[in-house]
Amino acid sequence: MDSELRELYQQVILDHNKSPRNFRKIEHPDHFAEGYNPLCGDRIDIYVKVENNIITDLSFQGSGCAISKASASLMSSMLKGKSEEEAKEIFNRFHDLVTGHDISAEEIEKLGKLAVLEGVKEFPARVKCASLAWHTLNSALNEDKNVVSTEE
Amino acid sequence: MHTTTNINNSKGLDIDCIREDFPILNTTVHGKPLIYFDNAATTQKPRSVIETIDNYYTNMNSNIHRGVHYLSQISTDAYEKARTKIKEFINAPSTKEIIFTRGTTESINLVAHSYGMKFFNDGDEIIISAMEHHSNIVPWQLLKTYKNINIKVIPIDDDGNLVIDNFESMFTERTKFLSLVYVSNSLGTVNPVKELISIAHKHNVPVLIDAAQAVNHIPVDVQDLDCDFLALSGHKMYGPTGIGVLYGKEKYLKAMPPYQGGGDMISKVTFEKTTFNELPYKFEAGTPNIEGVIGLGAAIDYINNIGINAIHEYESGLMEYATKALQTVPGLQIIGNAKEKAGAISFLFENIHPHDVGTFIDFEGIALRTGHHCTQPVMDRYGIPATSRVSFAVYNTKAEIDILVKSLIKIIEVFK
Repeated sequence: MDSELRELYQQVILDHNKSPRNFRKIEHPDHFAEGYNPLCGDRIDIYVKVENNIITDLSFQGSGCAISKASASLMSSMLKGKSEEEAKEIFNRFHDLVTGHDISAEEIEKLGKLAVLEGVKEFPARVKCASLAWHTLNSALNEDKNVVSTEE
Repeated sequence: MHTTTNINNSKGLDIDCIREDFPILNTTVHGKPLIYFDNAATTQKPRSVIETIDNYYTNMNSNIHRGVHYLSQISTDAYEKARTKIKEFINAPSTKEIIFTRGTTESINLVAHSYGMKFFNDGDEIIISAMEHHSNIVPWQLLKTYKNINIKVIPIDDDGNLVIDNFESMFTERTKFLSLVYVSNSLGTVNPVKELISIAHKHNVPVLIDAAQAVNHIPVDVQDLDCDFLALSGHKMYGPTGIGVLYGKEKYLKAMPPYQGGGDMISKVTFEKTTFNELPYKFEAGTPNIEGVIGLGAAIDYINNIGINAIHEYESGLMEYATKALQTVPGLQIIGNAKEKAGAISFLFENIHPHDVGTFIDFEGIALRTGHHCTQPVMDRYGIPATSRVSFAVYNTKAEIDILVKSLIKIIEVFK
């Protein structure tokens, strides 16, 4: 396999694609939003439970490519137990990572397993796949609108 | 100028010779020879089309239908000669019925707007099918801003055939128009348009045929079909982008108001009143895409030189070969198994998303399309978000299909 391709489809990503974590619906979520990428037809529903400003449960459902599914799965594992502010900070850092912005090794370290998605920056057409779940979560937490589109 | 010779001998088409006509086929992608299977999005261009456009700007560039000077004369002649070529290519009765547009999309918008605004009333119905490209759905919906029309949809079955058993019962006295795709860009289905046109005509309903995916694959004869309008795009038939054609029967085009106003479409303008130019110029406002028209003329020469029947026969062989070959790939499901297909095959894996297929296959040098192909209602019909699609042109080969199949099997290994 080509090295650039192997960098994009790391084993962790393939694993999360095959067995996504927190791939379920939460009954009575505190926050909910639907994400949609009209260019490829990917859809994702994000469910969030929050207690005292802490994300106590986070799950998703929908259909998408390996990159979008793995990103949603990793996000759900990573953000449980974090405060809403921390979640937003991680989102910003993650966004810098996949869009190829300068980001220090220390900051990458803080992203933990999410760093496996760094390969996406070499594939501009796939950045939206990696960030769909995050934009949707952002919208769920802000409750600014119920349907997020990557094309707005 | 390079010309193709001996491409159509007793043994069939000489594809090696045809491939030499397309300079882009020498490209390498990620170190592999390009295999271009995205022809339903746009075909590649033969050298003769590229050189015709180059020659236009080098030796002929001038505005048309205006000056009396030499350059204006030769560019006008070349432009109108291309109109005659397209007239003959689709066997239209008259060049008055050949209107140049930006493409199929603009052709359909022209009819929806001009014909629809004049002849549709609140409560009228138009019929389309469930396998229309968005370009044959949205223009009719836009019309709803002004006219309270109802859009009825011919359903499709699980194999991707139109369900036409009850087609005639869809017509009522309020039915004013039928707009139908000839060949589906996402399913490859060839629809029985001639039969459906004749049924519509029994109810005095005019018919537009979207032939964007038909004209480069199968012979299209507007008089034999008896369609009232036909839309096509130059860039899907080896011509340049930004140029298309609307064929319309003279009786309808005469009765329709202009679509856009400006230069070239008038015969006399005062501040009180404008008299419109005759057909086809009434519908060609402003300086047109001159190099596009002349380039399209060269593309038609290119197709005629090989022969559309020979192309159809060769591509049918590719379709049959590819269908059988793809069926050997474990877990691959073909979406659309209509009785008659042309040009394109859509497929899906249960566990591998089309976008992942698209990215992996790109590294094998293969260009194919992944997504909803601007036919979201078709995706909804089959409950799928997207497909991968291979679509063929005359320069594709069975050897390329073999590489595609091998590459797909490699992808399956990764996602196991």
